[in-house]
Amino acid sequence: MDAIVTLLGDYTLRTVALGAILLGVTSGALGSFAVLRKQSLLGDTLSHAALPGIALGFLVAGGRSLSAVLAGALATGVLAALTMLLLVRRSRLKTDASLGVALSVYFAAGVVLLSFVQGRAGAGQAGLETFLFGQAAAILRSDLWIMAAVTALSVALVVAGWKELKAATFDPVFAASLGLPTAFLDAVMTAMIALAVVLGLQMVGVVLMSAMIVAPAVAARQWTERLGTMVVLASTFGAVGGVIGALISATGRGLATGPLIVLSLTVIVAVSLAFAPNRGLVAAAVRRARSGRALRARQVLATMDRLAREHGHPDYATEQGMLDTYFGTSTAGLLRDLEERGWVRRVEHRPEEGVHWALSEAGAVEASRVPTDAGRDAGRHAGRR
Amino acid sequence: MSVHEPDLAVHVEDLTVAYHAKPVLWDVDLDVPPGVMAAIVGPNGAGKSTLLKAILGLIRPTAGHVYLFGRPYAEQRHRVGYVPQRTSVDWDFPTTVADVVEMGLYGRLGWLRRPGRTERARALSALEQVGMSDYRDRQIAQLSGGQQQRTFLARALVQDADVYFLDEPMAGVDATSERAILEVLRELRDRGKTVVVVHHDLQTVRTTFDWMMLLNVRAVAQGPVEEVYTAQNLHATYGGQVALLEGAGLPGAPG
Amino acid sequence: MSALLTSIPFAIVATGALVGVAGSLLGTFLILRGDAMLTDAISHSILFGIVIVWMLTGQTSGPVQIVGAALTGLLTVVATEALTRTRRMAGDAAIGLVFPALFSVGVLLLNVYARDVHIDAHTVLLGEIGFVWLDVVTVLGVQVPDALLWMAVVALVDLTFVVVAYKELKLATFDAGLAAALGFTPAVLSYLLLGLTSATAVAAFDAVGVVLFLAFVVVPPSAAYLLTDRLWRILAYASGIAVASSVIGYLLAVAWDVSIGGMMAVVTGAFLAAAFLLGPRYGLVAQELRRRGQREANENRALAVHLHHHEGTPEAGEENVLSALHGHLSWRDAKAREVVARSLDAGLIERHGERLILTEKGRASAREILEPGRGGPATEAGR
Repeated sequence: MDAIVTLLGDYTLRTVALGAILLGVTSGALGSFAVLRKQSLLGDTLSHAALPGIALGFLVAGGRSLSAVLAGALATGVLAALTMLLLVRRSRLKTDASLGVALSVYFAAGVVLLSFVQGRAGAGQAGLETFLFGQAAAILRSDLWIMAAVTALSVALVVAGWKELKAATFDPVFAASLGLPTAFLDAVMTAMIALAVVLGLQMVGVVLMSAMIVAPAVAARQWTERLGTMVVLASTFGAVGGVIGALISATGRGLATGPLIVLSLTVIVAVSLAFAPNRGLVAAAVRRARSGRALRARQVLATMDRLAREHGHPDYATEQGMLDTYFGTSTAGLLRDLEERGWVRRVEHRPEEGVHWALSEAGAVEASRVPTDAGRDAGRHAGRR
Repeated sequence: MSVHEPDLAVHVEDLTVAYHAKPVLWDVDLDVPPGVMAAIVGPNGAGKSTLLKAILGLIRPTAGHVYLFGRPYAEQRHRVGYVPQRTSVDWDFPTTVADVVEMGLYGRLGWLRRPGRTERARALSALEQVGMSDYRDRQIAQLSGGQQQRTFLARALVQDADVYFLDEPMAGVDATSERAILEVLRELRDRGKTVVVVHHDLQTVRTTFDWMMLLNVRAVAQGPVEEVYTAQNLHATYGGQVALLEGAGLPGAPG
Repeated sequence: MSALLTSIPFAIVATGALVGVAGSLLGTFLILRGDAMLTDAISHSILFGIVIVWMLTGQTSGPVQIVGAALTGLLTVVATEALTRTRRMAGDAAIGLVFPALFSVGVLLLNVYARDVHIDAHTVLLGEIGFVWLDVVTVLGVQVPDALLWMAVVALVDLTFVVVAYKELKLATFDAGLAAALGFTPAVLSYLLLGLTSATAVAAFDAVGVVLFLAFVVVPPSAAYLLTDRLWRILAYASGIAVASSVIGYLLAVAWDVSIGGMMAVVTGAFLAAAFLLGPRYGLVAQELRRRGQREANENRALAVHLHHHEGTPEAGEENVLSALHGHLSWRDAKAREVVARSLDAGLIERHGERLILTEKGRASAREILEPGRGGPATEAGR
């Protein structure tokens, strides 16, 4: 505990933590829309394509100036997005190939420029390398202002255009038919994602920035069915993952920040996927087991009913062993379930004759409804995943 | 601003959509009178969905005009309800049924205005009409195909339009939903609204609709169903493709 | 021969060309299948495999690494597919989750355990083909750069795979359903393809780094795809572009003193741009010309059909005149005049005073559209 307090008292670490929070909020919020629009990999392309812009910003500003670098990154990122759009719309290339082309060629150009800058061996060129994998400790107080401005802008845009963004993301064709400016919204969204990517380059690096866009949103989606909650949660997860990763990295030992943040986020995603209520995989498995069990119990009930009818009296007591044989498995648990619901009752027999069960009155009524129930149940589960 | 045929719900003139070598719609005329339940039918690739999208301004035609109650679509948005194919959307979206229906009203709220109680009330009333009130807080990923379709229908109903366009609303839908949808559509028609449906099933046109158009890139025939649904017209539209199961009894058919 | 091999420029260009050709052969199928971004994912997550293999065996290149890479690639694909199958996220999101995680583990392991070895993340990402001559191996009495040798081996394997499995690959790429019905397992083929891609990536990392490898896999085949329709031609053109890019890229990089691998990749981009703009069939310029031609043909046809429609009817006097075209076909006067002039030139119509009359030729062109039931437009596929 003391160690954490000491950590938090450190100026650099406070700066780093703040930067991580700002970044997390922006990526989480904007990433939610990117993921829902199936543009998860756009962030990957934008971040790789930022490399030439970073190098250019370096060259132009003659040293380490965050605004020049970010402006360059934004410019080439947007150019790459436009290139990709151009390829998709005006050629036979499909989306994935266009993304791949834009990503690799722009990145290659960045590598060339990087080598050019390094060839000139300036004092600040070592700083360029930090943009590959991110170096949280390199963040200055002054950088925070820029990041805060971008975060504020993103949040403002999302809040102001909330319903339009929601409608255009869910059903762009219908939204267009309502008269909403879907092309404009598209452009704004892409530009905002480019901004978010650029914001994170210093902390997470070119290679891993895409995970900052995707992971918080995917994790958040598992916990809620409401878009608003998802966006807020994504922002939170982004911030938390960012802070954890950044703090670990900043406490020295030469660990790059980007990978640490990504791994923190990956853990958050894994936990969310597994353990979220309702949508979580564990919850789903439990549900499947239960409904399977309920269905099998009903089958037992139906069988007992049929036997009772065949023997001509409703109180007919079936031997449990016979049910076991008939169903090929132990029905003890299912019978207990049925007993709990008051649909069957134990019947006293001599011990050597085994356990016997009979339908109760309520059970008889329930049994007669089984065929229609089973059909309805099957139908209700069909739409579910 | 000239007004063209204000007495017609839908007036399409010389509509042509042709981007590449093969035209999708060619010189299509369509005149739908108000207050009918109209079907647009034709073989696959006949341009039916394209026609709908061109009418709604979602596709720019190569040539031709569209007028709704005498004015262009852009001026009449508030009088039009659109129900797209339910497969056009990824239903794994974090939102509820009521929310989706409310989206139908977003067009009239300007920027920055939030949907409020009035909008929610209208959404719930539309859900009631399609029989989905119980599902209002249901997550849309849990809906069956028919329920999805009814949700889309409710989304169009909130707009309280005068003419409704539906794109294959009953394709792949269970019987309950199909009945519910048809009931709503008939009710709309009985109240004087115009309903235009791209319909997937030629066999059910006669029992369901009172007006129809046969389309295969060109408009083959249109008008009241009894007049248009003839062996000759069907053959002209579908080539040899239609199995005239109901051949007997159709005007112009052998036997 | 040995003199050639000892030439550094040759070694560099040859390695680059091999990377390019191997990448193009596999990449052709990858982009046709829509797996470009999956390949991007694999080329990143390979770092994880490289580090693990190095930690286990101490080797930074060679057959062990190649096998390790193939396994890592498959791991990436399998994990991505598994995530997609849970239906809790879309396929592209799954890709965007798996590779960063694996890549991050790789980088961290490097940070912690591999501070001083020549394997570092920067090199893995960007490579340095200029140093290809550093590690040398003797083969048949001749000194050959390590990277070049292994790249040659892998390229040969790739070529063999493509040649041997050509028909199956072609079928599986264009019609997976049919392939499965015929008893091939498109899935197995798919894993083989992706596994080989991973193996090739690691063989290439020494030379050009894994992300530049992606350029060779995606860009030349895309450029070739914009130039031709025949599969074997795509493979051939892509390989040609790859080799040319290696040569030109090397020359430019030396002239400007910049990253050689990077320059080679940038040159592939230049080829793509050229194909995109100037490709004879699918290039932008060609498209524009074709579109204009089609638009004009469509307009002529629209006029012909309009005239045919009203021919011989009472309204013909009103409809089949120049002034009516403005209202009916939504054409401005200037445009209407232009179309009429073109149609007159083409012999589709004649002008009698105000009236426009169809010639036989014009009537025939109208009929092409007018009879859909008789093999007209809509009986072909297309919406």
